[in-house]
Amino acid sequence: MISRRKVLLSGAAAAGTFIVGYALWPSGRIGRADRLAAKPGERFLAYWIKIADDDIVTVVIPHCDMGTGIFTALLQMAAEELGADWDKTRAETAPPDPLFANGALVEGFALGQASMTRDSIPAFLQGSVFAAGNRLAQFMDIQVTGGSSAVRTTGVYGVRIAAAAAREMLIAAAADRLKAPLDAFYTEGSQVIHKPSGQRFRFGELAAAAARYRPSSHPALKPRSEYTLVGRDIPRIDIPAKVNGATQYGIDVQVPGMQYAAIKISPIFGGKLISVNDASIAGNPGIKKVIKLEDAVIVVADRFWRAQRAADTLEPVFGDAGNAAVSSTSIRERHLEALNRQPIKHEFSVGAGAKALQNQALVERVYQVPYLAHAAMEPVNATALYQSAGTLEVWAGSQDGLGARAFCAKTAKLHLDQVIFHLMPSGGAFGRRLPGLWNFLAYAVQAAVALPDTPVKLIFTRDQDLRHDYYRPNVTSRFKATRSADGTPSAWVNEYTTDNGSNAEAHIVYEVPNQAYGAVKVVTPVPVGPWRSVESSWHGFFVESFIDELAHEAGRDPLEYRRALLKRKPRHLAALELAVQKAGWGEPLAPRRARGIAMVECFGTIVVDVAEVEVSDEGTLKVHRITSAVDCGMAVNPDGFKAQIEGAIVFGLSAALYGEITLGGGAVEQQNFPNYPLVRLADCPAIEVHVIESDAPLGGGGEPGTPPVAPAITNAIFAATGIRIRELPINKHSLKKGA
Amino acid sequence: MQIQLNVNGHARQVDVEADAPLLWVIRDELNLTGTKFGCGVGACGACTVHVNGKPMRSCILPVSAVVDAQITTIEGIGAEGLSAVQAAWISHQVPQCGYCQSGVIMAVSALLAGNPAPTEDQLGTLVTNICRCGTYTRMRAAVSALAAGAQVPGARK
Repeated sequence: MISRRKVLLSGAAAAGTFIVGYALWPSGRIGRADRLAAKPGERFLAYWIKIADDDIVTVVIPHCDMGTGIFTALLQMAAEELGADWDKTRAETAPPDPLFANGALVEGFALGQASMTRDSIPAFLQGSVFAAGNRLAQFMDIQVTGGSSAVRTTGVYGVRIAAAAAREMLIAAAADRLKAPLDAFYTEGSQVIHKPSGQRFRFGELAAAAARYRPSSHPALKPRSEYTLVGRDIPRIDIPAKVNGATQYGIDVQVPGMQYAAIKISPIFGGKLISVNDASIAGNPGIKKVIKLEDAVIVVADRFWRAQRAADTLEPVFGDAGNAAVSSTSIRERHLEALNRQPIKHEFSVGAGAKALQNQALVERVYQVPYLAHAAMEPVNATALYQSAGTLEVWAGSQDGLGARAFCAKTAKLHLDQVIFHLMPSGGAFGRRLPGLWNFLAYAVQAAVALPDTPVKLIFTRDQDLRHDYYRPNVTSRFKATRSADGTPSAWVNEYTTDNGSNAEAHIVYEVPNQAYGAVKVVTPVPVGPWRSVESSWHGFFVESFIDELAHEAGRDPLEYRRALLKRKPRHLAALELAVQKAGWGEPLAPRRARGIAMVECFGTIVVDVAEVEVSDEGTLKVHRITSAVDCGMAVNPDGFKAQIEGAIVFGLSAALYGEITLGGGAVEQQNFPNYPLVRLADCPAIEVHVIESDAPLGGGGEPGTPPVAPAITNAIFAATGIRIRELPINKHSLKKGA
Repeated sequence: MQIQLNVNGHARQVDVEADAPLLWVIRDELNLTGTKFGCGVGACGACTVHVNGKPMRSCILPVSAVVDAQITTIEGIGAEGLSAVQAAWISHQVPQCGYCQSGVIMAVSALLAGNPAPTEDQLGTLVTNICRCGTYTRMRAAVSALAAGAQVPGARK
């Protein structure tokens, strides 16, 4: 046994890779993982990978299913490296435990990967990976599903490597039995096969012996040319239970004795509860308790509609926290004031930076995007049971199960091990359930603590969900550029407002010799948070609008202008060429129709959209078609990946056409879908997605489709009408010619 | 008050106010949680069920209005094997988060029962559900395959 272990490790060393000087799977953790997440007849071979006596391979996924298909993609990556029969594989949600946290990924795998670069992993992991240095075990108690990272981080640096290590362990067990060399074996169809004799062993019969080996952190990975599962359109494993109502989301949890809670939060941000007259609901049926919190009132009843109706009739009095004068207009004024307050510090420059603007004719433009709500179809909710003996059990969708568990523990003043958190599938999330955006958990836990030994399900009504979100920030950006003789930019300066810091996503891919970027902080009482594609959701619109304006100012075709600025960016250029070819760029169109183009790279993926729009003489806009070319390196499940881009395009389209959260009197003015419209079937254009395979590292899938939609459409509107939209959403503007 | 309902072919007795919304009666009294809460004002369609075969938004429907009616929920239409619409939803890989799809499938099923080959405009006019994941192009593809009479694998005959 010992000699085999040496063989496995020295094989990795011979390949010239760095070996993490840290036990990949210290023996103490195997037993703990088995106790936490293995059923009888199953055992863990490596992080995330269980194999049972009946050959079933189960991948324990440290993420939340919020609809992006990652369970299927990660299972494909694991099954591929293992050589498993697809029909004998399963995926499970990992327990919210540090053993299955991002920290495990970082310390166990990511630190040893020579191919890992700052660009190949999402920002939220960078601090841990790159600050770790010699302190290998810098721990991260988070389990985030975000940053379009599940496949390109957990998959590439974690699950796939653990699966390959498990394959080597299975082979070692077979080699031990036959006393044959390791390289005489391969795996296929959930069997280990001895090449010379053709003798076969089922995974299940080897698993117990294989689990006694130590997994290598640097197993040999399958070359892409040998993939049989990765790169295939395998139907998503979660879909059958989503067509018959079987999937249980957080809102569907039923706990014996459960009561229901509805909430009214101070409409003005920061307002504190002054008083509430609950005598008005004293005669209502089923009311259990009225809970007065610092900034909210919660009504608990035996049925949700009873709680909701009672909450609706309560008229709590809240303070205004001095925010009663805050409005969209006042925030806009503060943005412009901040941008006009010179000098602005430039945190990043290229070439001579802003100095290159001096004594030159300037093109100057200001763009703006509004606040946006996530508006996932499942309103935020959580069910909590606080036992007076000092334990808490919570059921909810969250983009970080472990972090949510710790947050609930802190809220209830308990230790982590006194809290059980059941991570439920989410009916959409789009950033709404990330750490820091957990008001629904905080309120549910407070309600449970106020009503001990009673399970309480708190559901935000749509009104509360829309008015107490953490919004995509309202951002204003001012560009200044000068042009060289051929019309291309010689200097590019972008100064923009920010709620919390500078944005790397402002930086352009276009080749401009002098660039400068400056973020100007404007503090408002409005809570903000990540929203599908985060910074790129605004910078994509700003940059792609401004580059289009510069092209037109120079009298050049916007496509040809972009080509000229991407000469040394072959991947971007290839995506651009594919998009325009598929869209028929330059081919004649019916009257009143025009095309617009936009390109955004984010989360390691390049997306180019061509929008075809029609603007009637009355100024009515119809988006007919979006053609998208996407380079994500490689799509693990191309059809599933395309579905993400299609959906992200629709998400971007709602924002472009009519997405806007406005403030008046310190409060959000929108209340429900009738005044926060979202795209429906009738307004959805034809969407075509073309995926480019390249040798680039895998890019993200969930978010990159969103940013280019809005500028592709507004650039098309300009081409059709000469009207330039610099402030979203589009429906704020008249598109009638001469208007 | 005691109210007699007929849900998915079964007689069910509930004790609720006459104006309790059908949605919450289905979800919390009958434990049929496939029908979803999205907006509470009949705007998004996540709560769509069939009442005597017609698609209705159950969040704004008082339970007293459906006492003698045949109510069908998402759990009912697939009770004897996948319906053609459900099977097409799988073969076109329509759902993402899946939360709105119960309502969408109910709306599409009701539409196709009366008009097996709707035009794209008819589909857009009659199926007004919100899908935040943006699965509309796949819904369209699935409906046009059904309209063309395509045999969908997995559907009951």
